[in-house]
Formats: sequence, structure tokens, C-alpha cells
Amino acid sequence: MAKIGVFICHCGENIGRTVDVDELTDEVAEMGGVVVSTDYKYVCSSPGQDLIKETIQKHDLSGVVVAACSPRMHEPTFRGACSAAGLNPYLCEMANIREHCSWVHTDEEEATQKAIDMVRIMTEKVKRNTELKPIQVPVTKRALVIGGGIAGIQAALDIANCGHEVVLVEKTPSIGGHMAQLSETFPTLDCSQCILTPRMVEVAQHPKIKLYVYAEVAEVEGYIGNFDVKVHQRAKFINADICTGCGDCLEVCEPRSIPSEFDVGLSKRTALYVPFHQAVPNKPVIDNETCKLFTMAAEAGREKLKRSDCGECYEVCPTKPNAVDFNQKDEYIDEKVGAIIVATGFEVMEASEIAEYGYGKYEDVITGLQFERLASASGPTEGEIKRPSDGKTPENIVFIQCVGSRDPAKGISYCSKVCCMYTAKHTMLYKHKVHDGQAYVFYMDIRAGGKNYEEFTRRAIEEDGAIYLRGRVSRIYKEKDVLMVKGFDTLSGMPVEIAADMVVLATAMKARPKVNELAQMLGVSFDSYNFLSEAHPKLRPVETAAAGVYLAGACQAPKDIPDAVSQASGAAAKVAALFSQDLYEREPVVASIDENTCVACFFCLEACPYGAIERKEIKDRDGNLIKTVAFANEAVCQGCGVCVSVCRSNSADLAGFTDEQMFASIEAIWEQVEEKDVA
Amino acid sequence: MNNDDTNMKQIGYYPGCSLSGTAIEYNKSLTGIAPLLGFDLVEVPDWNCCGASSAHALNRKLSLALPARVLAIAEHEGMDSVLVPCAACYNRMVKAQVEAAENENLKQEISAIIEMPFLAKAKPVSIIEFFSEMDSETITSLVKKPLEELKVACYYGCLLLRPPKLIKFDDCEAPQVMENLVTATGAEPVEWAFKTECCGAGFSISKKEVVLDLTEKILRNAKSEGADVIIVGCPLCHANLDLRQVDILKKNKDINIPVLYITELVGIALGLTPKEVGMTDHFIDTSSIAV
Repeated sequence: MAKIGVFICHCGENIGRTVDVDELTDEVAEMGGVVVSTDYKYVCSSPGQDLIKETIQKHDLSGVVVAACSPRMHEPTFRGACSAAGLNPYLCEMANIREHCSWVHTDEEEATQKAIDMVRIMTEKVKRNTELKPIQVPVTKRALVIGGGIAGIQAALDIANCGHEVVLVEKTPSIGGHMAQLSETFPTLDCSQCILTPRMVEVAQHPKIKLYVYAEVAEVEGYIGNFDVKVHQRAKFINADICTGCGDCLEVCEPRSIPSEFDVGLSKRTALYVPFHQAVPNKPVIDNETCKLFTMAAEAGREKLKRSDCGECYEVCPTKPNAVDFNQKDEYIDEKVGAIIVATGFEVMEASEIAEYGYGKYEDVITGLQFERLASASGPTEGEIKRPSDGKTPENIVFIQCVGSRDPAKGISYCSKVCCMYTAKHTMLYKHKVHDGQAYVFYMDIRAGGKNYEEFTRRAIEEDGAIYLRGRVSRIYKEKDVLMVKGFDTLSGMPVEIAADMVVLATAMKARPKVNELAQMLGVSFDSYNFLSEAHPKLRPVETAAAGVYLAGACQAPKDIPDAVSQASGAAAKVAALFSQDLYEREPVVASIDENTCVACFFCLEACPYGAIERKEIKDRDGNLIKTVAFANEAVCQGCGVCVSVCRSNSADLAGFTDEQMFASIEAIWEQVEEKDVA
Repeated sequence: MNNDDTNMKQIGYYPGCSLSGTAIEYNKSLTGIAPLLGFDLVEVPDWNCCGASSAHALNRKLSLALPARVLAIAEHEGMDSVLVPCAACYNRMVKAQVEAAENENLKQEISAIIEMPFLAKAKPVSIIEFFSEMDSETITSLVKKPLEELKVACYYGCLLLRPPKLIKFDDCEAPQVMENLVTATGAEPVEWAFKTECCGAGFSISKKEVVLDLTEKILRNAKSEGADVIIVGCPLCHANLDLRQVDILKKNKDINIPVLYITELVGIALGLTPKEVGMTDHFIDTSSIAV
């Protein structure tokens, strides 16, 4: 016999003002199977919860319905109260008579009648609920961090320092990311590499961190606590275990004709290279797309490499056996992890898309990232600000903010967040190096919201004499040796034309182009700009919709270093929380498939958005295959119910939302439920 | 389009108001070179004014109906394309055709206003599109007087390429179509920074100083990049750069640079005389060219 207790909440005036709670309580008391029908001002409060607990024990209830707010608010609260009173929490349901009733209707009579119907529906459902236990899944206490920039480095160190192993995969030959390219960082003007390289070394030396560089994540399968990852290690053609990093090979490789990615094209590198002097690991790789040995073989249509084409690096390598190995092949390595942090970072917009600024046409129009390389002591000009065209020191520089950003016509509506700050920084670095130089900044707004940020931008103007002009630049063209910058100063209302020696464009921060492929592999959503989506923009900034996959850094949205580091530590904390238990508990609202009635059409397998349906072989005692049926993996299933709706043989059902429960709820709308003994 | 026995390709032709008046040399040179290039220009019968700036400044439907009527007549005459040499007429024609093609209701409305069926099928063709569809080798083979060592600055103005979402032709920030044509004639196109900069347009009448100021910058840049001549594809561009240059020269004698219509330059290259193409009638002396 069902013994259902119904608790009706006034929620102060929220429900009580529109729904006649007294009438509702009386009507509910008459419903079949209801042994207690009571109301309370705020059922979610401590005394409210106590009321539930006492009533459960006093009346030995078999089920509870709380008619109150949305289950998204308080289902855990009431299920917790039931649990504490000894009643299985899945025998407790909520009827949402607030968001779905009192808050959206004004007619009291109709609202009350609707509330009565809603409680009857949930009561009929609860009568058919069964006790469910949370599903426990084992957790592999190893984490994968994708991306070796500052966010990836921070996350890896935080997790490793908890004692868990971390696999860190970085696409380029060195970790460090964009932060390694910066000259100084705002607002302290700390030398970027000086604060970053100690962390990079810590990562390389940490006993718990397994570092892959020149590698990418090729495949990810599995689910939270149990991911199977395939790492694609590109052939470096140098055996990193043998190589001592002596650098003899670097000196003989020729020609130095490839635009350096690290210096954003401002200098050239060789095919055998280390991206920058402070690289970690400080061991070279051979870029087979530009190495003479490989390109000449490809041109001649040969598969075999001819040592007569080159091989200088091999000749000079002092190690025995030789660290240079032209026969090295790409490798695919399997790693098992329990959690994944995506920290793939950003890229800078292609400035030539804004043709009116002449980037790519005029050498002295450069991007902010290129200016960082000029200003950096380890850069192509050893920290001296020089014009790329003729090497002369610019007597003035025009900086343009919002190039691409905040510009729907160019396809980017968002603000890139860091440009106002780094432009102010650039004006200051320029002034500190070229004392008589004059910086001009064309801006729309100044966004300096961080700690000490506003004071920093004021310093650029008040102490270092940068001239800020509020207006946009319509065109840049070259007249003899100078760049004519045509802009507007909205505060004086006058057009402005500046003859500039150099122009620096603060170009928009974009997500990496192929990151959507990685996201699809992981089951993470992304927006129209390819920035990865967090689970909730306000309250869950480091989690994603895919359980076990977390985000850190600029791959989620444009951000500066402090925020990237914070987010990375946040993601690491989530991972540490996951790893703090040997077993991970999941909600038991999962699908199950009756293998006796399954006809093996596998519509469910096609329909499942999470890949939770598998093929299961049923064998006899001798090991012969009888049949293959569909099987729902309870560790992956998210309880969406799509398989239930497509199953042709009615073999699939969803715990907590069984067909029986659903049809009883529906029939209860018209009071057509048969009174069955459903205890 | 129906070809007749002489192997000439027929194309609809809309001279518009300006080519009958201020831009008469444009008309002269274009109708002069068309047969040499193998085209028979068939003027759209009973054509009306496209409305230009006045119509779109006053009444949207009027501004679409006027050019639409011209295109509707062209359709009725069996013309697939209509060559519209004036850049403003061209811009208005494209606007009417594209908007009607994308909006069935608007198409019906316009048909009702002009009292004839409008299918938005006839395609308006600009002068630069007209040339770009010809094989450059063909043009070079027709050249009788290669304009070697003549440095030409190509001025596109505003309406030939913009708005890019409407016109969808070449690159509105860094165009090259005219330069390709110049190369085909044997002359040397000059890369300069003011190809698409505003000349002041209609302010030529209402606020002349603005035009003098903006036009001077255009002329100065062309001259400083070594151009011997500027070519244009628009009657108003020509008026501002040529007629108004007279006033500019009063203040700045060094800027003297002749301005030709694109069709005049092609005409000279194809062997027509300066008088035949009409360039002897311009304000700034053009005798230095085609010597």
C-alpha cells in the first residue's frame, strides 16, 4: 500500500498569494494513497525539513511529494532530508507549483486547480518510483592537460603537487605559450620570461609530470574517471633521450630562411631549431616540411633520403649513438586518465584582414605581439625598438586599439580584454627605451578593470606622456618614408592625420582555429567564435557540459595572465576533488535495456548523443555467440531518454522515469489512473 | 543575347542622364570602342533617369522603382545584361535588382508602381566588370598603339565597388581590375594610396571647398607616385578631378595631371584619335598623352 506524504509550501507570498494553499491541502488529502497532506510557510527551511523527517518516521511513508519551487532549486535539499530520515531519496519528487504555476498565472482559481492537478500527477508518479542507488565508477587518478602555456603549466603543477600524475601535451616544440613571447607583463612590468621560465623548469623536472612536446591529442574515448587518450607524437627526427642539448647541430643547419613563428615573422629560423633560447625542453626538433633533406627528396619524388643532399646535423652530433635519427616515425601513445583540462590558449587575428590598415603591405605596420618581440631583450632586435623596414629608431609610434575587436562588420563583436592594458604598457616601454619618442594611441574606450590596472594606464598618460586620442583610424597609407595615419579625435571633433614612423595594431584575440575539432572529440560545446563553453557563465566557469573535462585560460574567452592562472588553479581544484575519492558517484537516472526483448536494431546506438550504448555479445556456456544486443553503459549515460523513445521493441527504459511512471503521470491529468496496489 | 551574323555580341546599354550631358566624352569613347571590342551596344528604349542621389534621399520606393523600370524594359527587350557606365546609375541599378530579387513582396510592389512586370533578372554591369570579363590577351591583341611608358593611376571612387555586400566584385580596399586592364593596353599601372578615397562627390555643387580639399590630396598622391595620368570610371569622379582641378591649380600649380575616362585610354590604345574619344574637350590639358 502506498503511503505518500505531501508537503505544500507557501514559499511566503510566492506561492501563497496566487494558489489557495488551504484548498490545495484539503484536495490533496482526498487523493488515493496520500496519508498525510500538510502545508508550511517555507518547507526548505530547517524546521520545514525537520517536519518532513518527522512525518516520514511517524507515518512510515513510502514516498514524498513536495509541492514547492523548481527541483533545480531544492530537489537536493528535500532528497537529503528524506535520506536523513531513512527514506531512499529517489522516492521523493517535487511538484513545481511556483515557477510552473503561481509565478506564471494570475487567475487564482485556475492556478489553484492547476496546482491540484500537478500534485496529483507527481503523487501518481511517486507511487511507482523505486529505490535507486547512486552508480559508482572507479577513477583513474591521472590528469591530461592539453596545452603548455601559462594556464596549462599552472594546472599541471597544481595537480602534480597534490601527488597525482599529469600528462601534459604541447603542440609546439616548447612549453611557455604566448607568455614566453611577451616582453614585460602589466601591471608590474615584470619581465615575462623571468617569471615564467622557473615554472617551465618546474614542469620539466617534476617527477609527477609526463611532458609531451611537438605532440597533439589525436583521440579521446571514455568518460569521467576513465578516459582513453591517444597522443600523437610527431617525429622530431632527434632522439630526445640521447640529445644533450649541446647545440652543435643548431650552428650548422642552413639556410636560415624560415620565418620564425616565435618572433612572429620578424626573424628567420633554420629547419632544425629550438624555438627560443629558454625553451623547455631545450632540445631541437627538425621541421621536415622545410628541412633540405626531406624537401629535396619530396621534389625528386623519392621516398628515401639522400645523405648527399645534407645531413650536417648528423655529422656534427657528438653523442653516441647519434641523437639525430632521420628514420624516426610519428608515434601514437595510449594514455589512461581520469580527467582532462583543456588549455589550448589563443591566437592573434590575421591583421591583413583589415586591408585599410596596410598590414602586410607596409613593413612598419606591425601587431601588438610583434611589438612585444621588438621590445623583448631576447627578441630579434635585442630589445631595441627599430623599424622593420630600415632598422631606424622610430621617433613616434601610433598605436591603434580595437583592431578587429568590437567590430561586428569585421565579424568580431567581443572585446579582447587585454589590449587597452598592453597598449598602455607598449607606450611606456617605448618611452623608457626611446626617451624622445612620442606615442599616440587611438582608442574607443579604456578598459582597465583589474587590480592596479587603472593606475597603470594613468601612468602611461601622466608620467610617460602618451597622447591618447579618442577616435578610430580610417586608413593608413605610405607617403615616401612615413606612414600617414588618418583618424579622428571625437573629443575635439577634428580629423587627425599623423605622420608615423611605425604603427602598432592591437589585433583581436581569437580562439585557435582547429579547437572545434578537439572540442567535438571531447564532447565540449563551443560558441560561434570557437571559444569553448563553460558549464555556467557565472557559477561554473571551469567545468564544461562534458563531465570530467575542464577549461583553463584563453581557450574559454579572452583573458589576461592573472585570470588564466586563477582559472587554471580552479580547474586543478576540481580535478583534485574528483581524484580525492576512489569511486565517483553518478546519478542513477540512467537507461537500461532488457536484453531478452531487445531485437538488436541498434536505433538506440545511433540516437544516443553521448555514445553510451554499446553492443553486448550474449554467449552460451561453451562460448558460442547466441546474439548481440544493445547495452546501456551506466557510467556514460546522461539519462536523456532518447533511446527509450526510439526503441521499437519497448526494451529500453529509464530509471526514475520509467514508462510506467510516465504514463501514470500523464493519465493523472485526467484522473484516469486505476487504483492499483503499487506498494 | 541573340547574336546576329556579324559575330558581334549584343549587350543592353544604359547611358543615363550624365552620359548625355556632362559626361558626353565618356559616351563618345565607349560607343567608339565597343564595336572594336566586338560589342553591339543596344540602348534600352524609353529609359528614364535612375533617380541618383535625389531619389534615395527622399523616397525609398521611388529610388528603387526608377532603376527597376529601366531593368524591366531591358528584360522585356530580351536583354540578359545592361552595361551601365555611370557608377552612380550602376549602384542604384544593382540595389534595385538585388533587393527585389531577395524580396518577393518588394518585387510585386515595384511591378505595380512601374505598371509593368519586373523579374529582377536583367543584370546591371559596371564598366570595370565589362572589361574584366574580356580576356586580357584579346584586348592586348587589339591594341594598335601600345601606351608604353605611360604611368597610369587608376581611381575607383566610391560607387564602383561599395558597399561590398551589395556589389560583390573585386576587393573594395585593394582593387586590381582597372590595373589589369591598364596592363593589357601596354601602359604601366601605378600603385598609389588614394584609389578608393572620397573626392567629395556631390559637394562639388553645394560645398566646393570640401571637394577642392579632398581632390587635391588625391591628385597630389597620384602625382607623387609618378603617375602621368589618372583614369576614372565615373562622371562625377571625372568632374571633380578634372573640372575642379582648375581651381586647385590656382593655389598649387605643381599638381597638374590630366584625367581621362577609362574608355578614352582604351580608345587611344585601340587606335582612335584623341578627338574621336573626346579627350580634347577636358578642362585639364590632355595633349601630353597619346603623343
